[in-house]
Amino acid sequence: MSKNSKEAIAILGVTSSIARALAEEFARDGHPLVLAARDLEEAETIGADIRVRCGVETAALELDAAHFDTHEAFVEECLEACGNKLGGVVLCYGFMDAQVKAEADFVIARRTIDVNFTSAVSILERFAEYFTERRSGFIAGISSVAGDRGRQSNYIYGSAKAGLTTYLAGLRNRMFHHGVHVITIKPGFVDTKMTFGLPNLFLVASPEQAAKAMYRAIVKRKNTAYVPWFWRYIMLIIRHVPDWQFKKMKM
Amino acid sequence: MIPSVKQPLSGWGRFPSEDCIVYRPEKRRELDTIFEESELPHFIARGLGRSYGDTAINGGGGVISFLRLNRMLSFDDEEGVLECEAGVSLAEIVETFLPRGWFLPVTPGTKFVTVGGAIANDVHGKNHHRDGTFGAHVLDLTLLTPKGKVMTCSPKSHEDVFWATVGGIGLTGLILTARVRLQRVESAYLRVDYRRLSDIHATLSAIQETDADYQYSVAWVDCLARGKSLGRSVLMLGNHASPGELGSRKGVPFKVRAKHKPGVPFDFPGLVLNPLSIKAFNAAFYAMHPTSQGKIIDYDTYFYPLDSIHNWNRIYGKRGFTQYQATFPVGHEEGLIGLLERLSAASCASFLAVLKRFGPQGPGLLSYPFEGYTLTLDIPIRAGLLAFLSDCDKHVLKHGGRLYLAKDVNTHPDVFAAMYPRLAEFRTVRRKVDPNSRLSSRMARRLRLAKDDKA
Ligand SMILES: Cc1cc2nc3c(=O)[nH]c(=O)nc-3n(C[C@H](O)[C@H](O)[C@H](O)COP(=O)(O)OP(=O)(O)OC[C@H]3O[C@@H](n4cnc5c(N)ncnc54)[C@H](O)[C@@H]3O)c2cc1C
Ligand SMILES: NC(=O)c1ccc[n+]([C@@H]2O[C@H](COP(=O)([O-])OP(=O)(O)OC[C@H]3O[C@@H](n4cnc5c(N)ncnc54)[C@H](OP(=O)(O)O)[C@@H]3O)[C@@H](O)[C@H]2O)c1
Repeated sequence: MSKNSKEAIAILGVTSSIARALAEEFARDGHPLVLAARDLEEAETIGADIRVRCGVETAALELDAAHFDTHEAFVEECLEACGNKLGGVVLCYGFMDAQVKAEADFVIARRTIDVNFTSAVSILERFAEYFTERRSGFIAGISSVAGDRGRQSNYIYGSAKAGLTTYLAGLRNRMFHHGVHVITIKPGFVDTKMTFGLPNLFLVASPEQAAKAMYRAIVKRKNTAYVPWFWRYIMLIIRHVPDWQFKKMKM
Repeated sequence: MIPSVKQPLSGWGRFPSEDCIVYRPEKRRELDTIFEESELPHFIARGLGRSYGDTAINGGGGVISFLRLNRMLSFDDEEGVLECEAGVSLAEIVETFLPRGWFLPVTPGTKFVTVGGAIANDVHGKNHHRDGTFGAHVLDLTLLTPKGKVMTCSPKSHEDVFWATVGGIGLTGLILTARVRLQRVESAYLRVDYRRLSDIHATLSAIQETDADYQYSVAWVDCLARGKSLGRSVLMLGNHASPGELGSRKGVPFKVRAKHKPGVPFDFPGLVLNPLSIKAFNAAFYAMHPTSQGKIIDYDTYFYPLDSIHNWNRIYGKRGFTQYQATFPVGHEEGLIGLLERLSAASCASFLAVLKRFGPQGPGLLSYPFEGYTLTLDIPIRAGLLAFLSDCDKHVLKHGGRLYLAKDVNTHPDVFAAMYPRLAEFRTVRRKVDPNSRLSSRMARRLRLAKDDKA
């Protein structure tokens, strides 16, 4: 990344505390930022914070992942905001509600799929176009370990993330031939507002720890990064439990 | 309504602990409706939980953590004025601004406290005799009162609410943001002189003699020493160093080598800290610090010796500990000496006690420091301790002294009221900003800070 080290980075869903910490990692390295969120006021506050702490320029833009028809214009705005010098984009936003709610109410199930998966296709294809033309840059997407295997307690969210994971794998393959790197990031449990107060969490990382690991993975051009790293092995085991046995388990 | 989680909470001393309903907003706006929408009877704000006692716990009510409302909003680099949310920690301020030549105007002995906590306890540092409390450097603050109103308070506007909030342990509202004036420094180092002093009289007179020449002054007292050695100490005197005083580090005055941070991964069994090990530690400290001049020490080692060990409070084991801090007015040194005698006779002291002379009192209604000598020490909780401390409290009161809310777990409400003559004014402001008592804490109920009745 050293070649485009001062190019702007776009962070989508910056009101996530992981995203905020990740934005700060890029800012500390001197990158100007485009910070997008559906809550523009908060995005602006986060921008002010990063400007004071790191002295880089930031712009805040509104983005609602579920409003597909605004995405093309959003990507244009985003490029405009950084003077067409975008070095990379990180898709951080995501949506998770209680599994039982998503089972009972298709509106919630659909939002889970739309925000985590459909919107990624809608937005990242536009960014892919831009990076293809430039023949450089990166696209990072925050998926989840939940997408590695469907479990009764979380499979609607998990399947949307699985869709995102597969989508990013394909995009990586395609973009490789255009000099653009695509990375899939799969966090385990992180202490954010998505998980605050949930029971049965273990090995919980702080947003700052998670963001540091993500930043390193992006800089090192990893293809798939589990965050923290040990989730790779936890998921390896979980993926290898045979179905006849897995279906009997309560996970 | 934003999500909450029920969990046991305590202060830094890990005693006492109560089940609280904890909220951790990440967006400023989430606070707007919290009082209105919640069924809970009352709330208290919480920062980094570095108060030792029960100021930031609220059994049966809500606790609002400010740790995710920690955004810096602006910085004026001519005046050194930082505007930030209340959850910003002093550690973050130092990390951000020390490399640019600015340091905290006042810092307690740990940097892991929030701006909100620093205001709500109106904290003091080793420079109190010169620079006053943290509140003296707050230009203004915004406060969300239980009525849902955001007030901007300063020494010039809503000054009654401002001075009730400074030192008001969260009972006037939720501090949202503050503007704090930082001080200019030329390096990240201090130039420190040590004086080894053989007893309490030598200690007190040395403090008095030197205060005018040093911005920072504190004595580490061996409070296990008795008889003729009672109050023997090492007085540590510091000033910010200029680049010229740094020797080989002259060219990089703000660079400090990162230190490895060990942690305390489990609770120490009560055995490790016994009177013998503590005595050995105190004696070793005294022996290791002969009188010397002009030592150059980085800010982290100087101001925050304990911060280099994460969770150090666990060395006191599961039962926890308390910190006892008493201040005696100038002219009542015999009260201080009497307290030292009681403590050393009871052998209940901990690693080190700290003694410092405070400067004049500030305008905060419940703000702690006033002109006199303040003694602070950690004491592990054990059977009979609280009764012993209640006796000490009476001794302190008898000599015109007072105790500090940031540390207290045990004071009787009547003793407290006698120590804080402006309590009635505080209650008046509280009635105005919080007529329905939607702000409360274990401490507020225990000390009857909100109301004068027995509720
Ligand atoms: C090792 C160590 C050394 C210390 N040294 C000193 C010292 O030298 N001098 C000194 O004065 N103190 C000292 N202290 C005490 C410490 O500075 C204070 O207790 C400080 O208030 C802790 O801040 P906090 O963010 O942890 O707040 P907490 O302990 O979480 O809360 C303290 C109070 O602040 C209130 N509060 C917090 N945030 C807000 C907000 N946003 N709005 C309204 N109210 C709020 C809480 O309700 C509570 O009443 C020390 C503590 C430790 C552990
Ligand atoms: N926390 C974990 O344990 C964990 C584990 C694995 C993966 N992840 C993933 O990590 C990412 C960050 O999540 P987090 O844990 O930091 O939780 P979070 O704070 O809830 O972050 C989710 C983010 O997505 C945004 N968002 C939700 N719906 C949106 C929409 N329709 N349009 C635009 N933005 C929308 C949220 O905006 P608002 O602030 O406005 O709600 C917020 O910024 C997510 O992709 C999540 O799936 C988290």
